[in-house]
Amino acid sequence: MKKLLILGAGTAGTMVANKLSHMLSREEWKITIVDQHETHYYQPGFLFIPFGIYGENDVIKPKRDFIPQGVEMIVSEIKLIEPEENRVRIAKDDRFLYYDFLIIATGTHPCPEETPGLTEGEWRNSIHDFYTHEGAIALAKKLRTWDGGRLVVNIMELPYKCPVAPLEFIFLADWYFHERQMRDKVELTLVTPLPGAFTKPRAAQLLGNTLEDKNINLVPEFYPERVDPERKVLVSYEDEEVPYDLLITVPVNRGADVIGISGLGDELNHVPVDKHTFLSTQFDNIFALGDAANLPTSKAGSVAHFAAEVFVENFMRYIEGQEMISSFDGHANCFIESGFGKGILIDFNYDVEPLPGKFPLPGIGPFSLLQESEMNHWGKMMFRWMYWNILLKGKEMPITAQMSMAGKWN
Amino acid sequence: MSMTKEFAGKTILLDDEGFMENPAEWDKAVAEELAAEIGISPLTDGHWQVIDFCRADHQSQGEAPTLRRITQLAGVPTKELYKLFPKGPAKKVAFVSGLKKPTGCI
Repeated sequence: MKKLLILGAGTAGTMVANKLSHMLSREEWKITIVDQHETHYYQPGFLFIPFGIYGENDVIKPKRDFIPQGVEMIVSEIKLIEPEENRVRIAKDDRFLYYDFLIIATGTHPCPEETPGLTEGEWRNSIHDFYTHEGAIALAKKLRTWDGGRLVVNIMELPYKCPVAPLEFIFLADWYFHERQMRDKVELTLVTPLPGAFTKPRAAQLLGNTLEDKNINLVPEFYPERVDPERKVLVSYEDEEVPYDLLITVPVNRGADVIGISGLGDELNHVPVDKHTFLSTQFDNIFALGDAANLPTSKAGSVAHFAAEVFVENFMRYIEGQEMISSFDGHANCFIESGFGKGILIDFNYDVEPLPGKFPLPGIGPFSLLQESEMNHWGKMMFRWMYWNILLKGKEMPITAQMSMAGKWN
Repeated sequence: MSMTKEFAGKTILLDDEGFMENPAEWDKAVAEELAAEIGISPLTDGHWQVIDFCRADHQSQGEAPTLRRITQLAGVPTKELYKLFPKGPAKKVAFVSGLKKPTGCI
């Protein structure tokens, strides 16, 4: 029997386990997936919890419900990857798992302790996050009684997962305080190390205008060194300061510690891979998928989804000694919730920036690209159902893995 | 969209954001003039330590390094980098080193 070992049962790992369990012969292959947690979080839903749109139970399901029959799931911490020995040491029973092929899908995680001052004293009091389940729940509680002041959303470092979420958060905050009839008591500011609201020029311009229309301040090119929790200021490496009453931070994101310990990561423990095939640059039987890989595109579920489709086709060739002829183009597709029941859709890849136009989707669409619409909001809300019922289970989605120019205005 | 411009007596091809298209056209005299264009002059040993690292890293990795990569691998603290190349050191050092703008992955 050949052994395929998948590390991480999040979005990427679960999708690939489902797809490959259908494609690989059960007589010839044993598939094992390891994860330290039993709970699968619908991470895009964290954004809605602080505003009471979703409750804490709306974003969780047991991981096991999504692992297909015939795939062994082990719940354990992963201690060490030993690529030279083709094995992984896990904490459970202190045992080794041997593999012929390894897929690393251990994701990326917020690390607030990386920034001095962030977790010292004021954490979850005047300093909050919304990229974790606990953080989103704590923030919901905070916002319910907050009486206004300077609310600052800040990004500590690139890359971070779901690059549009901080914008969505601040758009929703604008709506939330309007609804509560206290928008005039709240000053909203987005502080980012990027030169604008987004990296790609046309999206940055449109999203920048949207911020202005909503009376939200933007402080670009601000790279924070530390937070002074007593004086309630963010301090940059150039000693500029941004004062706040309530700081909502997107902490530094790092890949899993085990990646670094095992010598497989870059400076932030993301795994260097070929950006078209996901094959490790160091070992020819290791792939990294989803947020765990150091791809030059968004760390987001949609990217993991498109990447997984390209990956499984290639993997079926690769194990037969054939060339990996499918090439991932960096396709990302994101609904940006913009508040007041509207959303914006962007669709882009390594080479083509988000463009305006219409995004065709058989039976449901079209959706407006780079433009606010109610339809885009419904697309976003519908996505949770699609995530649990179609995407994670590895079923076909009516969107191609490679980005299409159809409907886009160039 | 590309354009050309004279630096240190050489005709250099630039991309639409003014970054050099071809790192092979770069030399130290070009670097001095590029730096002067963004208000950094003259280049000191501190600058050269960072530039040399970025050139070498680009050679092996195929792209301009990120800020964190420079601080960790070249051993220059972030604060120091901001003093040497104020307002966006990763971008500015790439510019002076004749490299493409770092992708700043998002």
